[in-house]
This record gives sequence, C-alpha cells and structure tokens, in this order.
Amino acid sequence: MPEKTITPEAVETTVREALEQFGPEPDEITLDATFEQLDVDSLDLAELSQIIEDEYGVKLKGEDVGKIKTVGDAVDLVVNRAG
Amino acid sequence: MTQVVVTGIGAVTPLGVGARTLYERWLAGQSGIEGGEGIASEFDPKEHLSVKEARRADRFTQFALVAGDEALAEAGFAGGELPYEAERIACVVGTGIGGIGTLEHNHDVLRDSGPNKVSPLAVPLMMSNAAPAALAMRHGIKGHTYGIVSACAAGAHAIGTSAALIQSGVADAVVTGGSEAALTPLSKAAFAALDALSPSGISRPFDARRDGFVMGEGAAVLVLEDADRARERGATILATVKGYGASSDAHHLTAPHAEGLGAAQAIRQALETAGLEAEDVDYVNAHGTSTPLNDRAETLAIKAALGDRAGQIPVSSTKSAIGHLLGAAGAVEAVATILALRDRMAPPTLGYEEVEEGLDLDYVPNSARPLDVNGKRPVALSNAFGFGGHNAVLCLEAAE
Repeated sequence: MPEKTITPEAVETTVREALEQFGPEPDEITLDATFEQLDVDSLDLAELSQIIEDEYGVKLKGEDVGKIKTVGDAVDLVVNRAG
Repeated sequence: MTQVVVTGIGAVTPLGVGARTLYERWLAGQSGIEGGEGIASEFDPKEHLSVKEARRADRFTQFALVAGDEALAEAGFAGGELPYEAERIACVVGTGIGGIGTLEHNHDVLRDSGPNKVSPLAVPLMMSNAAPAALAMRHGIKGHTYGIVSACAAGAHAIGTSAALIQSGVADAVVTGGSEAALTPLSKAAFAALDALSPSGISRPFDARRDGFVMGEGAAVLVLEDADRARERGATILATVKGYGASSDAHHLTAPHAEGLGAAQAIRQALETAGLEAEDVDYVNAHGTSTPLNDRAETLAIKAALGDRAGQIPVSSTKSAIGHLLGAAGAVEAVATILALRDRMAPPTLGYEEVEEGLDLDYVPNSARPLDVNGKRPVALSNAFGFGGHNAVLCLEAAE
C-alpha cells in the first residue's frame, strides 16, 4: 500500500479514526483532549503507533510516544518526524 | 475446618446468558447445541461491555467478565464497595486453552502481512490468565490472582483451589470459575484430528451410540466465601463447597485410565475432605463427555468410589444440553449442580436412549425428576476430568 503524504490534516484524521476505534466518543476527541481524559493508555498508543507506521511509514519511538499527553501532541509528533 | 460457601453465581453458555437461564432451560430439556456446536449465540458483548472493555478482551475473557458481573452482583460485591479488604479477596479462574481465537487471528496477520502488523494486544488478550486479570481490574480485587490450566478439569480445579485458599486463611473470599472460547478453526481441527469430536455432531453421554464430544463455549463465575464471614455480613448462601478431590491418572496424555482409577481416587478424596460417605451422595453431575472412553471409565469410577450407592442415585451430564465447554465445563456444571441442589432436582441426560452393556447407572434419561432426599440437605458430586490425566471432583451441599 503506498504511504500517504503527511499533512497535519491527514494525520489528524488518521489519529481521530484510530482513537474512535479504541472507545472514546467522536465528539470527545479534540486536539486539546488529553489521553487521560479519553482513557487512552499505553496499549492504545502502541496500536496508534502501528497504524501511523502503516499509513505514513513513520516509525515512532516508544520514548517519544511516552511523552505525549494530548491528541494534538500525537499529530505534532508525526508531522514533526516527517519534517 | 473452615467451611466455604457459595454466595454468587453467573454463567454464559450455549443455553443463554445467566446461571438460572442455563439451569432452567437444561431442566426443561432444551438443548443449546446447533449444527454440532454449542455456540453462546445469545451472548452479545456490546450489551454488556464498553467498546474499550470488549476490544481489550478475547471472547473467553468477555464471557468471564459477564458471568462475573452476574455472580458479583448476586453476592453483593458489585457497585464499587467490596465487603472485604481488597487484599483479602482472591481471583482464580481456569481455562483449557485461553485466547486461542486471538492467537489464530494474529497468526493469520503474521503470515499474510508480516511481523510489524501483529497487534500489541495479541499477548494480553491470548494469555491464559487474561480472565482473572480482567476480573481483578474490573472489581478492584487485590488478593492472590492467577489462572488455572488443566484442560477440561480447569474450572473444577479453580473452584477447589479457591476453597483451599479460603481454608488456608489467605483469603476471605474468592472470585473463581472457568472460561473457554475455543470454537475456532485450529482448535476444532485439532480436536477432530484426535478423534475426540463427535462426527455426528450429537452429544448423548452414556448412550451406546455416542461417538465423541460436541464442543461448546462459555464461562461460569462463582463467589466463594468463608462461611462464618458470609453469615456475619448477612449474605445469602446458595450452597456449601463441602469437599474437593484431585488426582492424576499418570497413565496417558489423552485417554482416561480404562478403569477410572484416578477419577475414583478423586471422588473418594472429595468425600473424605467433606467428611461424608458414599451413602450421603444424592446426585452426581458427571463429566459425561459423550466420548466412548470417558463415559465408560467414569461409570466404572463412580461405581468403584460409591459402591452400591452408585446404582441408587441419579447421574446426569450437563454436556448433553450444552456440549463440552472444556476449561469452563467444571465451573459451569458446578453452577448448574448448585441450582439443582437448591431445587432438589436431578436434571436430565438429553438424547440418552440406547443402553450399552456395563453402563448401567441411572443416567436420568431425557426428563428431570425430583431428588429423593427425605427432607435432608442434598449432596452432589460434580466431576471434571481433563487431558493430561487430570481429575477434579467437587462435593457440593445445598443451603438450608
């Protein structure tokens, strides 16, 4: 499968769709929402990393993923890694 | 010795969701077997679990969580307030295979898409201790917590081990039981390769035409408590776990000992630990798998252990109605036995018609009937035997 081009909008869509599968309600998922608020834990973030790698070819390091706190942080991490 | 009582029960089985549903439908002669399988077809995880809870649990763990909610609610453990210190409540749940559906799915992913696509959830979902882990997290249980793995004896071993934990003084209560969800392509093919599964797809334990077991799926969870403490807190007591026997055939990896020596030893030990005699037994819930070897060896074991009493009491198999739930069987059948004792009833062995020479116990063919107990509290044995030559027998007594 060809990898998608990284844009903030595309990554945000990917992150949102992934998080919706994990359980949070779609309207709870905002860029400012924290993973704690969304009940998204380290296992969810491991799955999210796998989806990101799958779609964009960007491998996220566990130590970096461990530092992010919000949905927006996750989007920024992917976008910055691509830059 | 500390007495151990049952204060809550729950089940998910091919006969529906709920312990009473299982018992009442079996008693009425209904079967949960369709197309040669006992699928828990009335179970919909979305009715009971959140999206997150459901996707964090293999089907075998989902069954245990839902059976657990029922049992803990009945015992008065639900709603965020536990009646004992969390550290004094244990959780011990058996399974034969664990999350084999998760394992098979992720093996497909590995083969088709490569190692990078295998789910981070694969290990936590397939591990055989996933059910007790999920129950402990859901209810804040912090005492001894682990799985029991002894093939088709696991559910009974879990209950027996749990009773011993209370008697040893390390727990005031234990959430226990067994769970299995092994109706998967690999598991079905593997049991079929052993000639263990019924080619006809009919579960008719003890009948001369029996040709193997029908696989089922489900779970049962029980709450056990120290009897004195349960009475102090005013809990409703459903039954007493009077005794527990366990043994190993040390004979063959899959076949039972032809004379049922190990099974007989476990039955005797269950009675000895209960302080009871063969004459005290009013009903036997047999392992009764519908395999040619088990039902013959088990009949011999019951006769060897109970002597003349064996021919005087009803012996029936829950598997005639739901198939063989493997590691869940011992727990599901203990739950059914507890309700049968409560009602002083012997549920039937469905499908039993043709007598085989030597298999001459009272198998309660096709219709339930009252136990003849003359006003005393009835006592039952619940047998569970597993590949590996493992035998586990519970001795249960009705409450008041």
